[in-house]
Amino acid sequence: MKQYKKLVSPYCFWLFALTIIPMMLIAFYAFTSKGTEITTFQFTLDNFFKFMDPIFLSVLMRSLVLGVLTTAICFLIGYPIAYMIAKCKENTQTILILLITIPTWINLLMRTYAWMSILSNNGIINNLLQSIGLGRVHMMYTDFAVVIGMVYNFLPFMILPIHTSLTNMDKSLTEASMDLGASRIQTFFKVTFRLSLSGVLTGITMVFLPAISAFVIPKMLGGGQYSLIGNFIEQQFITVGNWHFGSAVSLVLAVIVIVLMALIYRVEKRTNVSNEDEEGGNKRYGKRKKIRKGSMH
Amino acid sequence: MKKLIELNNLTKEFNGQVVLKGIHLDIHENEFMTLLGPSGCGKTTTLRIVGGFEEASNGEVLFDGIDISSLPPYKREVNTVFQKYALFPHMNVFDNVAFGLKIKKLDKAIIEQKVLRMLNLVGLEGFEKRNISQLSGGQQQRVAIARALVNEPKVLLLDEPLGALDLKLRKAMQIELKNIQKEVGITFVYVTHDQEEALTMSDTIVVMNDGSIQQIGTPTDIYNEPENRFVAQFIGESNIVEGTFVKDFLVEFDGQQFVCVDKGFDEGQDVDIVLRPEDLDIVEVGQGKIEGTISSIIFKGVHYEIMVETDERMYKVHTTDMSEVGKKVNLDFWPEDIHVMEKMGTY
Amino acid sequence: MVKEKKYVKGLCISLCLLFLYAPLFIMAFFSFNSAKSLSHFKGFSMRWYESLFGNIQLLDAVFVSVSIALLATLISTVLGTITAIALTKSKRKIRTAILQVNNLPIMNPEIVTAISLMIFFSFISIEKGYMTMLLAHIAFCTPYVITNVYPKVKQLDDNLTDAAMDLGATPFQTLVKVILPQIKSGIMAGALLAFTMSFDDFVISYFVSGNGVENISIVIYNMSKRMNPSIYALSTIVLVVILFVLLLGTFVPYLIVKKRGGKVNEALR
Repeated sequence: MKQYKKLVSPYCFWLFALTIIPMMLIAFYAFTSKGTEITTFQFTLDNFFKFMDPIFLSVLMRSLVLGVLTTAICFLIGYPIAYMIAKCKENTQTILILLITIPTWINLLMRTYAWMSILSNNGIINNLLQSIGLGRVHMMYTDFAVVIGMVYNFLPFMILPIHTSLTNMDKSLTEASMDLGASRIQTFFKVTFRLSLSGVLTGITMVFLPAISAFVIPKMLGGGQYSLIGNFIEQQFITVGNWHFGSAVSLVLAVIVIVLMALIYRVEKRTNVSNEDEEGGNKRYGKRKKIRKGSMH
Repeated sequence: MKKLIELNNLTKEFNGQVVLKGIHLDIHENEFMTLLGPSGCGKTTTLRIVGGFEEASNGEVLFDGIDISSLPPYKREVNTVFQKYALFPHMNVFDNVAFGLKIKKLDKAIIEQKVLRMLNLVGLEGFEKRNISQLSGGQQQRVAIARALVNEPKVLLLDEPLGALDLKLRKAMQIELKNIQKEVGITFVYVTHDQEEALTMSDTIVVMNDGSIQQIGTPTDIYNEPENRFVAQFIGESNIVEGTFVKDFLVEFDGQQFVCVDKGFDEGQDVDIVLRPEDLDIVEVGQGKIEGTISSIIFKGVHYEIMVETDERMYKVHTTDMSEVGKKVNLDFWPEDIHVMEKMGTY
Repeated sequence: MVKEKKYVKGLCISLCLLFLYAPLFIMAFFSFNSAKSLSHFKGFSMRWYESLFGNIQLLDAVFVSVSIALLATLISTVLGTITAIALTKSKRKIRTAILQVNNLPIMNPEIVTAISLMIFFSFISIEKGYMTMLLAHIAFCTPYVITNVYPKVKQLDDNLTDAAMDLGATPFQTLVKVILPQIKSGIMAGALLAFTMSFDDFVISYFVSGNGVENISIVIYNMSKRMNPSIYALSTIVLVVILFVLLLGTFVPYLIVKKRGGKVNEALR
């Protein structure tokens, strides 16, 4: 089978051209200031000093706060739901998981677009509220709308990994726990929850990371002025035209995300005697999208 | 018998580790040859070099006198039965067996005829449409053999093919394999670490250890005349005693001289002497050659395993006669029971 | 007591599903509204579907989305599969390095991948348009194909390829007759994933395309300022197609296997 070894080279070249060089260009722009030609760019750290700007800091804070909020809500809804699904009959579980998965297959913009009309001032919710005598509530273009949109879009990615970790669990462990005198609640916290932690961590990764770098959802549900870190990057590139600062912000975002992933991966490894293989890490990072096919195969 | 395959000075290194240290071996037509040795001795590597799956670091493989060292496996006239069968899970029994013939683009009718005949030979008629996963280990084994044999190779390579089967099935398959080999009349090169298997089936046994050949011979030769301590220990059980070759037909060990049938060693040379446990007899004091006391008796089913403690060492004896622990006895043996071997370090 | 619990469980799961599906059904429902309102249903009509098919910009976008998705899927599946097979045979160091770099587009926030490609295309001065969008889509789809196919290849018994070649198959025949059939499920999963990722993509397409080349996502984004029920009509069509494909993909193997009386689980895996 050594005959196939050489076939690695096309993709090596491809990765180099379309992944490594582009990332290096971001780094290059981040550490330079504008010149007339690309060869006259000056090395500088100014782009990173700009981070001290209160406007940028507030954007960063807001992204983090909304990310944490979204993740917390997804967890509080997702865990019980995943737990309840895991307690169903096997056939019911298959159908329920398929039902949870289907919405993730539909274009994110379409899903978000649907919420625009639901939440709008003349939307269904406001019409309902008015018809039962409560006044209209302004919801579009608020933090509330953005969080709803993100929870709506990311909730399945919290439920699915938790459900997987719950169903993969050896049933005799909870039986053993109760046999040894632990109550149902004790068993849940001391055994079940502990053993599902890897699923919880995967879920948190798959919700928190896209949430802090979200770009479309805040733009559509938060309105034009609404700024999260993703929108901030877009503005730097499209409206402001400061590629250097935009690159610096992107670089920092990428580093934050990758460091967080590495950290979570390490925590997960410690909390769980998981049976991940040699390239286990990769497998998990791939899950965010992979999980969509979970119900099909 | 005609020479079919010749291995000349094969060496093989994996990441700087030498696994074959210059193998010379002739494989003849119609021969059932077994490469026997402990795991890691290089027997599987040798087989894979013949099959074309590994390239030797040095040396050549001659097939009918032509060097095939750099020929890929699909151009060699040998076929292999793999350790865990390596049956294609996405094909049924028929398609597995027909694989090689379809590659050769033979006529459909001919393929069908050949496959069915082969399935008949291995006792799997009526199994054509079965899925691989629906077969037992023994049946999978037969499919693997049929799949290889249907291509009518000149040499069939078998890499521990019975290793995954349970003992009873293994014994039955040993006999069956030998019969198949006789029936198709081609050369089998068989790799195993099971000495009993090797003794049962082979025409020629090649004992290997640590990347080199220790001894080549018929099962009887290997058993009765082990050339060194390793072979003696690996094949069967034995008492190995250090001694001195006094002169032709006379050796000395345990402080006594004994008449033997070996000759040709240097006078006064240090040698190893093998005494098989079943060749030793326990007799009354004064009637045998070495004095000792019975120290333990274990019933082994067919025979008793009796340990006899002498002044110099412990001897293991296999006998059907009961005795009692603590009894003073003599050990007796015939000159031809003494096997003198070259001393080759300690294993 | 137990019954009550069951009741609560059913209620919670139903509420969750309602939350997930209500927007989709509302969207589908109002796509048949005769008025432009997205909250008052005035009467049934197909006018938004008609206007959808009269909307050249939208139809162009559908063509771009579908053709890019098909091409990107095809190319990334072939490239990814070949690479995955080759990776299992290459040296450990090379393998680890490639798999690490391969992870970058998966781990990176989409927007970072998007602007990195945008800078790259402007750096080598390719004009932004259909070609850049296609290249970008192949770039972010292939890693997912590899993560799907690689484990399958790794599980393969090495002896199977040896056996095929032993029986006379050339490396190419071995690839086609033995390796590919066995990693088929991984390839299919990877291709499916690549297709939906490419079809749904907005962020990367938004940054790397230009000159009037727009996919569905970009058109929806640009229209999101004004309410346009044509979008609902389009979304409803997409929803129905996806549901159809999903049901087909989920239940057809089930039915076929049932007919044959084999093991259901095996086919679904």
